[in-house]
Amino acid sequence: MTEVQQAVATRFDLRLERRRRLGQILAVVLFFSTLFGLLVLTSLMVDVVRKGAPWLDWQFLTSYPSRNPEEAGIKSAIVGSFWMMLLTALFSVPIGVGAAVYLEEYAPRGWFLRLIQLNIANLAGIPSVIYGILGLGLFVRFFALGRSLLAGALTMSLLVLPIIVISTQEALRAVPQGIRESAYALGATRWQVVSSHLLPIAAPGILTGIILALSRAVGETAPLVMIGALTFIAFLPESLLDPFTVLPIQIFNWTARPQEEFRGLAAAAIIVLMVFLFLMNLSAILLRNYYERHRPH
Amino acid sequence: MASSSDGWIRRQGFPDLAPDANLSRGPRERLIQALLGLCALVTVFTTLGIAAILIGESVAFFRQVSLAEFFGDTKWTPQFSEQHFGIWPLLAGTLMITVIAALVAIPIGLSAAIYISQYAPDRVRRWLKPSLELLAGVPTVVYGYFALTFVTPLLQHVLPQMQVYNALSAGIVVGIMIIPMVASLSEDALRAVPRSLAEGAYALGATKYEVVLRVVVPAALSGIMASFILALSRAIGETMIVTLAAGATPKLTLNPLESIQTMTAYIVQVSLGDTPQGTVVYQSLFAVGLVLFVLTLGMNLLANRIILRFKETY
Repeated sequence: MTEVQQAVATRFDLRLERRRRLGQILAVVLFFSTLFGLLVLTSLMVDVVRKGAPWLDWQFLTSYPSRNPEEAGIKSAIVGSFWMMLLTALFSVPIGVGAAVYLEEYAPRGWFLRLIQLNIANLAGIPSVIYGILGLGLFVRFFALGRSLLAGALTMSLLVLPIIVISTQEALRAVPQGIRESAYALGATRWQVVSSHLLPIAAPGILTGIILALSRAVGETAPLVMIGALTFIAFLPESLLDPFTVLPIQIFNWTARPQEEFRGLAAAAIIVLMVFLFLMNLSAILLRNYYERHRPH
Repeated sequence: MASSSDGWIRRQGFPDLAPDANLSRGPRERLIQALLGLCALVTVFTTLGIAAILIGESVAFFRQVSLAEFFGDTKWTPQFSEQHFGIWPLLAGTLMITVIAALVAIPIGLSAAIYISQYAPDRVRRWLKPSLELLAGVPTVVYGYFALTFVTPLLQHVLPQMQVYNALSAGIVVGIMIIPMVASLSEDALRAVPRSLAEGAYALGATKYEVVLRVVVPAALSGIMASFILALSRAIGETMIVTLAAGATPKLTLNPLESIQTMTAYIVQVSLGDTPQGTVVYQSLFAVGLVLFVLTLGMNLLANRIILRFKETY
């Protein structure tokens, strides 16, 4: 080796050392950036529990809202959220799954299908407050349903419909073609193939999508504020046309007040909402993990 | 030949099979097909409904307020006795929130995507990804509570001149909300980069960080850009965080420590009040909604185009 070659080799070694160290620094920086989100999530939880726990008791869960924070509770909000979820599922699940089955198994390929697909992708990205405007104009005013449970649930159903359609389509696409081919080979009609083979096989994937869609519906606030869901409801809805309130609206109202006590109430209501949503999300994630490991072949 | 029922068959490449062979026998099958098709049409009617309502009421609005005032005036004071309808203060407020959110979400979300897709061992990845997705499951009203009662007091320790309602903490929390979106979509794009590209770079003697930053990330750039655009579109449309934490003061300012108002927060403010139907203030809600709709729709379409155009062209 000449002297020049020697010098170059040494410099390369030194630079390589530096390049490796740079890489290690980068890896650490990336790791801590990733942890940032989890840090925020943790501080949110700790903060909410710290402020809300003193207010959270049986009386809080079973009382109606009140102007006196000591007596206020979330009974009507819990019942309203429950109804909202049930009705939203009732409207959005059959329509969403039906639309996905049509698009995947029936619709002729072509520009029209591509247009519908693009439309669904865009619907998923439209701000929820715009759905609120739709609900206000269409259900509250045009169909004159008023500020009712039914108007709210219909609005929410349209909001979560794209989520259900997209996840059901993905679940159907994951079903192996051989299953369709063998069923058709035996002379099954299209609906027989769909109902007795495709839907049962895709069920876990579809269910995951439904759970995520419903947890979105339970947590959404803006569309229901738009259609005029009220916050001070000291009774339980008895029909679909009754006014209602839900947990997020109650939280919004209490948070917007300046008094410290009402913020404590908001925190307590957040604990209830988050526990419920956490359980829903957890079941969706577990279901998906299970599905990924036991995918039919 | 092309009846509407043979889509699946044609997709499978059996063009010679008669379309009605066994697949749609009887009226029952055809009824089911029609019902399912109707379900799919609901999604189309949703879009048409949104467009009809927004445009219909906006037309009524623009009969009273000229386009020149809407886009030319710099004051938005619909509730005052001297009404001004210049959209700019609301647009500026929305833009400020979006910029702050982008400054938070883009570096952190992209870092997380790179770490999860390129560095994390499989076991860590399986935990990290769902945990980050939990952030996306937090209702926005809870984020609003968090911004107002936790982030603002925290920031006020450092910046005592900050107002209770301000753009900064709302923007930061909106950014936190969209981190999972950036991370998850960018991660998909990064994982879609063929291994051979990275292996080629390693063969030339590149170290890991050089491969990641100079080969894998540039190769996934279109998908990453699309994730940024989609996340920012979400930030523009975010409502509850800005309603709770950013205030209700439409003004043209560059100071993030002041209270502002976004388009979405204005929409909520009007619908919370008892504005009678048919008044110009009530109609302004729809005009602002239309601007918001056009803005987010444009961004979503752009992201879609980017994804479609650059898909698998390495």
